[in-house]
Amino acid sequence: MFSRKSFLALAVLLAGCAAMSAGDYRDRAAQMMKGDFSERGQAGLGRLDQDETQALCSRRPADGALDRDAAARIEKLNLDGVRYPAAGRLLGDWREGEKIAQSGVGKQFSDNPKAPSGGNCYACHQLSPEELSFGTIGPSLRSFAKTRGGGEAMQRYVYAKIYNPEAFTACSSMPRFGRNGILTEDQIRHLTALLLDPQSPVNR
Amino acid sequence: MRKGLVAALVVLALGAGSGHARAQSDADTLKGIEKYREALADDNPADLWEARGAELWAARRGPKSSSLAQCDLGKGPGVVKGAYAELPRYFADADRVMDLETRLLHCMVALQGFSAAEATRRTFGNGGSRSDFEALSAFVAAQSKGAKMNVSLEHPKERAAYLLGEQMFFYRGGPHDFACATCHGESNKRIRLQDLPNLTDAKDAQRAYTAWPAYRVSQGELRTMQWRLNDCFRQQRFPQLKFASDTSIALTVFLAHNANGGVFSAPTVKR
Amino acid sequence: MADPMRIRASMQGDKVLVRVLMSHEMETGQRKDESGSVVPAHFIQSVSAVHNGKTVLSAEWGPAVSKNPFLQFQFAGGKLGDKIQIIWTDNKGDTRTDEATVS
Repeated sequence: MFSRKSFLALAVLLAGCAAMSAGDYRDRAAQMMKGDFSERGQAGLGRLDQDETQALCSRRPADGALDRDAAARIEKLNLDGVRYPAAGRLLGDWREGEKIAQSGVGKQFSDNPKAPSGGNCYACHQLSPEELSFGTIGPSLRSFAKTRGGGEAMQRYVYAKIYNPEAFTACSSMPRFGRNGILTEDQIRHLTALLLDPQSPVNR
Repeated sequence: MRKGLVAALVVLALGAGSGHARAQSDADTLKGIEKYREALADDNPADLWEARGAELWAARRGPKSSSLAQCDLGKGPGVVKGAYAELPRYFADADRVMDLETRLLHCMVALQGFSAAEATRRTFGNGGSRSDFEALSAFVAAQSKGAKMNVSLEHPKERAAYLLGEQMFFYRGGPHDFACATCHGESNKRIRLQDLPNLTDAKDAQRAYTAWPAYRVSQGELRTMQWRLNDCFRQQRFPQLKFASDTSIALTVFLAHNANGGVFSAPTVKR
Repeated sequence: MADPMRIRASMQGDKVLVRVLMSHEMETGQRKDESGSVVPAHFIQSVSAVHNGKTVLSAEWGPAVSKNPFLQFQFAGGKLGDKIQIIWTDNKGDTRTDEATVS
């Protein structure tokens, strides 16, 4: 009954009928949310505060696509914050990487704040062909290094992409694992190896 | 030339073979999930909650020693049939848009004399520790089975709730930068092997929303929309959503209205 | 006193089809709670179905049966209007008996 177009039309109609603008609704919604959550476990109310990237990326279909300048600004902002390992080695152990990719714990109010987080990569991506339980929110990463090689430049790209995906894709759905302190430097190195090591099941 | 052609054909066949085997195992996995869902559908422990809910609705309880039989769920005092399919809605006596659980809380306070604190001491059940809201929700929802979702946005507060809920649905936050839309804003995606409904698409929204409340086998409990939203936010790495809060109601208005036209089938059984 | 079972009994050809939904934690005794202590075992150990004074089904259950168990079975020799009794007993000695009419 409702096509995507008529859904947008409804949003416009409702906004027109209402006394407030979309921006007003956005502000009011943010304000309402801040009062309607309680802190629990490691999840404090500060998590509801948006940084510039999150605020710019909270877009509804009615807001239209992100314009090229805004996208470039978000990508530059996020690329500037990427921190590579001080020791210089970007590849870790793909076996550890596979464990990190399989684990979905970390940062929830039900999680132990002292325990390491996982990357939960299989939630969204196909990786090792042996793992049938993979999601499709992100593209398949099977054979990642086969088509791209595993040289220095590719290692730097993969490391940075996991550290902060929005350095390359503004408003990506993928979490900013390094920047937001979800994964450690070593964990990101292990995941980089999972994708680029020729011995990794991803590439066999 | 001929050897090369044969070799190429062999490579092609092997390539197609392994691709076929992979596609086959993917299809087998999904078929296995379908069979599991069929086996689950044989009977529904939600019936136990529904029976308990019917008792709670009729029982005289609280300081006023009164039942919920006169509770107005939007279609008149005591009218339960079809009520869930029209919720959330604006209630003049509270001057507020309310979903089912908020309205039940309102009636527990107004009719039965409970304080809000007493009534919400246990909102989500856990084993021996039971939630009246879950039982009552199962009872009320079952009385809307077969009805078409029909959430109105006529009242200005209902319209405002929808637009606020929409903003909240796309609100990115927390250490993972997740919004509801991150998982539920695109069609034909899945997380691991769990299909994700696109809640901004009418067909997906209808199918998803009309299946709640539901008996979640993995929880061993009957779970409601308030629980569903709370647990989504937990997985989004947000803090805890307050029960019967304006935010929970606004999001429910957004989801329920998007499901308008869908045939209500809850309480269902889910993994 | 445990919650009542929901029992439905109907004629399927010349057999009676009985469907029983039981309300029970079915705690295996192998789980640990948040503090690390074992959650004590609490599960239905025996189930029987009685028709016209005769036991038509008897079962011994263990921790493999899931929470809120659903049991379905058929038996011969019953007719419309007959009464079926289902009895369960758990490892703590709790018991529950409920009855339904074949309809």
